[in-house]
Amino acid sequence: MTHMPRFIPPSGDVAPAWAGELKAMMDAYQQAGGDPKVLELPQVATLVISANQVLVAHEIPGVHFEAESLPHGVRARIWVEPHTHLAQPVHLCFGLLPAEGIQEILADYEIGDHAQVRFLAHCSFPNAIKVEHRMQAHIRVGRQASLTYAEEHFHGPHGGTVVIPQAEVSVEEGGHFTTTFSLTRGRVGDLRLDYLVRVGAYGVAELVTKAYGKGEDTIHVREVVVLDGPGARGLTRTRIAVQDRAQSRVDTVTEGNAPGARGHMDCTEIVRGQAQASNNPLVIVRHDQAQVTHEAAIGTVNRKELETLMARGLSEDEAVDLIIRGMMR
Amino acid sequence: MQPYLLEIKDLCLAREGRVLLNNVNLALKSGEIHVLLGLNGSGKSTLAYTIMGCSGYTPDRGQILFEGRDITGLSLSERARLGITLAWQEPARFEGIPVGKYISLGMKEPDRQRVLEALEAVALPPAQYGYRAVDKTLSGGERKRIELAAVYAMRPRLAILDEPDSGIDALSLTDIERLIRRMADEGCTILLITHRDELAEIGDSASLMCLGSIAFVGNPEETRRFYREHCRLHPTPPEPLNLGFDSKGGQP
Repeated sequence: MTHMPRFIPPSGDVAPAWAGELKAMMDAYQQAGGDPKVLELPQVATLVISANQVLVAHEIPGVHFEAESLPHGVRARIWVEPHTHLAQPVHLCFGLLPAEGIQEILADYEIGDHAQVRFLAHCSFPNAIKVEHRMQAHIRVGRQASLTYAEEHFHGPHGGTVVIPQAEVSVEEGGHFTTTFSLTRGRVGDLRLDYLVRVGAYGVAELVTKAYGKGEDTIHVREVVVLDGPGARGLTRTRIAVQDRAQSRVDTVTEGNAPGARGHMDCTEIVRGQAQASNNPLVIVRHDQAQVTHEAAIGTVNRKELETLMARGLSEDEAVDLIIRGMMR
Repeated sequence: MQPYLLEIKDLCLAREGRVLLNNVNLALKSGEIHVLLGLNGSGKSTLAYTIMGCSGYTPDRGQILFEGRDITGLSLSERARLGITLAWQEPARFEGIPVGKYISLGMKEPDRQRVLEALEAVALPPAQYGYRAVDKTLSGGERKRIELAAVYAMRPRLAILDEPDSGIDALSLTDIERLIRRMADEGCTILLITHRDELAEIGDSASLMCLGSIAFVGNPEETRRFYREHCRLHPTPPEPLNLGFDSKGGQP
């Protein structure tokens, strides 16, 4: 593996050849809701990847990056030493600035035993007309470790982005994994999210996915939670809104395979205009002391919620918009 | 100047062959607290939804006048913009909408101080509640208090409070009564719906609803007495009336 240079990115020290690219990435990061100044803080671990270049890899004690450039992306290893407790989240910034191209991130995350970390990942494709972003992640959350991974996407207005986030996650005994995937600003394009999470004894996995499809966007979410260990807990919470002719399909699977395992799948999809949505929950229980439940609400906005807001003077459209925006927060 | 802020004339509503409102006549003076008493199922909430203009509550007959203007054909939003609002008996929950924002929704101009004041008025510490979401992490009682705070912050002309005392513990009830008084002092007319006659004390006038009709109108004490003597002794309503006018159906 080729190790990329690591440096702290105060503006004056950036290599001139990369400076323009980094500035453009930071602008895109800001558009996506991030604060570029945070990335300059020495106590914040930061990894910035534009197309197939690592622009910033700033390590801090306990957090390490290794990265290798590939023809269409980057292979990265991110590991957190055991017992590391971080007050500030690790910032990851991925993006592709041109209108066309492919970015593939192959990432291995290793969260050491008893470590407690948060990751904030911002993925920006502000000019995308024909862009494909593939993320293949392997994540290991060690014993009694805690990982919160929040991924926020910002896409441009054209809908020309294909996003394929795939993750295989292993949560070991007593580990805690929370992930939030959010694609609610700009056009979704074509989203194909596919997560598989295996949870060991007394481990917890919570997967939250939010997407707002418009125009001809297509959203396919597949989340599989396998509760293998005794007392393992799993929750999937999916919030999708589709309008115009957008389509969404949510396939959620939870397996309860051990005594005391508890799983729940909660899916809400709001459909407007000629859009279409479906949810296919699959419950598998292989132990008589395990329990898995699911709930789904698909269709129009709840009438009572709507009328409550209208009774405050909002128009129907304003009320619907507020409800969807709230759900996407 | 109109003597009444709200006038309801001969209001009838039937659904699926069942009469829900039967020639309801009621008038509220500007700035008064009017207590509408009645047993469960007597039609109080139906009347509230009909005044507010909720979907499925379009009257078959009759008129609703607000400051002398017929608002029977106006939409819910249009009525709200005239200054009419409703605090639901079981308020809805909203994912991702912070309490502070929810309370400010009906305000004409953003007023942070008014939001804080509204939260304090219902005994919810702003620092603890302002940024929480109005979702299922709140208890029913908390949600009801937030609903009342939102109505208070809106400064409505007419506030319909549907059973504001249900699901609220006894201690909070004092806060609720104080809030209602405060709203009235600010000039808000209040239609206070309840089945607990003790709450009638707060009213300037009162009426009693029974089987979809207004059975008694008077001062709060007289109305309470009538309610105790007649309704509470006969809590089971008889079969619904069939008055012969067509049901429009409507959403449940």
